[in-house]
Amino acid sequence: MLSETVLKEIEEIKAKYPSARSALLPALYVAQREFGWQSEKAMQAVAQALNLPEAEVRGTATFYSMYKHKPMGRHLIQLCTNVSCMILGAERLVDFLKNRYGLTQNGTTADGRFSLVIMECIGGCDMAPAMLLNTDFYGDLTEEKIGEILGGYK
Amino acid sequence: MENFLLKNIENPDSADIEEYLKIGGYKNIAKAFELEPKAIIEEVKKAGLRGRGGAGFPTAMKWSFAAADPKFPKYLLCNADEGEPGTFKDRPILEKNPHLLIEGMVISGYALGAEYGYIYLRGEYPHAKDVLNKAISQAYEKNYLGDNILGKSIKFHLAVHQGAGAYICGEETALIESLEGKRGQPRTRPPFPVNVGAWAMPTVVNNVETLCNIPYIISIGSEAYSQIGSKDCPGPKLYCVSGCVEKPGVYELPMGTSLKDIIFNHAGGIKGGKKLKAVIPGGISTPVLPESMIDCPMDFSSMPKHGSMLGSGAVIVMDESVCMVKVTYRALKFFEHESCGKCTPCREGTEWLRKSLGRIERGEGREGDIELLQEISENIMGKTFCPLGDGAAGVVLGMLKHFKGEFEEKIKAKGSRV
Ligand SMILES: Cc1cc2nc3c(=O)[nH]c(=O)nc-3n(C[C@H](O)[C@H](O)[C@H](O)COP(=O)(O)O)c2cc1C
Repeated sequence: MLSETVLKEIEEIKAKYPSARSALLPALYVAQREFGWQSEKAMQAVAQALNLPEAEVRGTATFYSMYKHKPMGRHLIQLCTNVSCMILGAERLVDFLKNRYGLTQNGTTADGRFSLVIMECIGGCDMAPAMLLNTDFYGDLTEEKIGEILGGYK
Repeated sequence: MENFLLKNIENPDSADIEEYLKIGGYKNIAKAFELEPKAIIEEVKKAGLRGRGGAGFPTAMKWSFAAADPKFPKYLLCNADEGEPGTFKDRPILEKNPHLLIEGMVISGYALGAEYGYIYLRGEYPHAKDVLNKAISQAYEKNYLGDNILGKSIKFHLAVHQGAGAYICGEETALIESLEGKRGQPRTRPPFPVNVGAWAMPTVVNNVETLCNIPYIISIGSEAYSQIGSKDCPGPKLYCVSGCVEKPGVYELPMGTSLKDIIFNHAGGIKGGKKLKAVIPGGISTPVLPESMIDCPMDFSSMPKHGSMLGSGAVIVMDESVCMVKVTYRALKFFEHESCGKCTPCREGTEWLRKSLGRIERGEGREGDIELLQEISENIMGKTFCPLGDGAAGVVLGMLKHFKGEFEEKIKAKGSRV
């Protein structure tokens, strides 16, 4: 269930649009923040709050890659491997994360500290290879640099 | 040429409304409100502004269709999805010059009769979201947004709508679906969004950069504006350069600056003094050009004559060490992942292309694979619901046109070329 405060937050989002359904994407973000991922419970709660069929909520929630369908680690690494990052060495970073942290696509470290999502372009091509760590951009990455950065996230 | 779109962005506080006001910001709203909405559309038409989202559609024409539709309310949507790989040209505006965008949207909304606007912002720009939300609330406080802008009884409301990681939502009808809370799949056209768009109302979708050109046109007038850059698509253009160059970044230059000039004069040339091999000139969906073909003006009408497209102005530079098979394979992985699944040629075709390319890339290529790639691409081209499929096919066909030898070599050698 969603708390009163969160329900109120969703009501406020609804007010920004001429139809309640338009609040679905933002409401899914809210649910993800509250539940950590799009669990059955999370999607049910959103369906209820917006008075939508659960199937519609699930259909939308599974279409977009930023909604997570399993629990994630405390910190989310979103590493770009698209062409601009690839030609400047993103693949080495993928290998490094695998060898050093055991991280693979959509995986989480055993201690629950990091999850890795390999992204399509994140618009950080001027600082390729680049990643988003939670909501922060990091660029010009090397194995050494990424190791250092991750060290700062407990 | 002095920067307009990227003016003041070296100032660390450039996103603050006070800083924007200091450099003359928001003055163009008052100037525009002196004009009738129709006169603004006429100015934009005379200026010759063409949309910067990729297709280069004449902005005034789009606006006039929506303005002529008798239905109300009308909506103005800013396309800040910026999902085309290699593209990061709108990011400096969104993160550092948000008030220019707001100013552009207020004027545009007034011109076409829209009182509500949304900025559809890609989920991968969380920082821009905070900046925009703050800028919007500052603009409300100062009465540049709201029910009675500058006391002129002109109304415009604006909010940010955050996407959630789907390239297809940059396509304008998919964007509208996504704004309505649905899966982002393109709609059938006609009806066009200008008549039946968001919530079935007349809707204009414009790119961030397009909307930011509006205050410029109002400021210097259509006559002066039309003198900048290429004759048939004038104005400043943001080119974003990435890959193997010394100085990757966003460059504001007159439309039609040559690709060679962009790479060698502005972006500092090839990294580490290596040799240039190929350039993807307008984002991953535009056909590759070999080194011998980069002496071409980067604008909407010239690039097709040189076998590619301006697209989003995202220049991806590749030096001699980059393997074209690998690049093509990576590009197709992207298209397969982003295909929305609505139409068969795109959904199936991108998967087949990716699989065949993967085979060649792994050194398991078979005789006849090149013909197969050619055939699948031709069966996608022109047969898909939206241009995503065409983009995928165009990438493969472009690569085969200029770098077929590399594919053949890899099939023969059964191994990577590196
Ligand atoms: C697959 C696909 C992705 C697109 N992505 C974007 C995008 O990220 N940003 C954008 O402005 N336009 C994008 N477009 C173009 C839009 O459909 C539309 O033409 C544009 O937003 C119109 O704005 P403009 O007239 O100002 O150029 C995309 C088109 C397609 C087919």
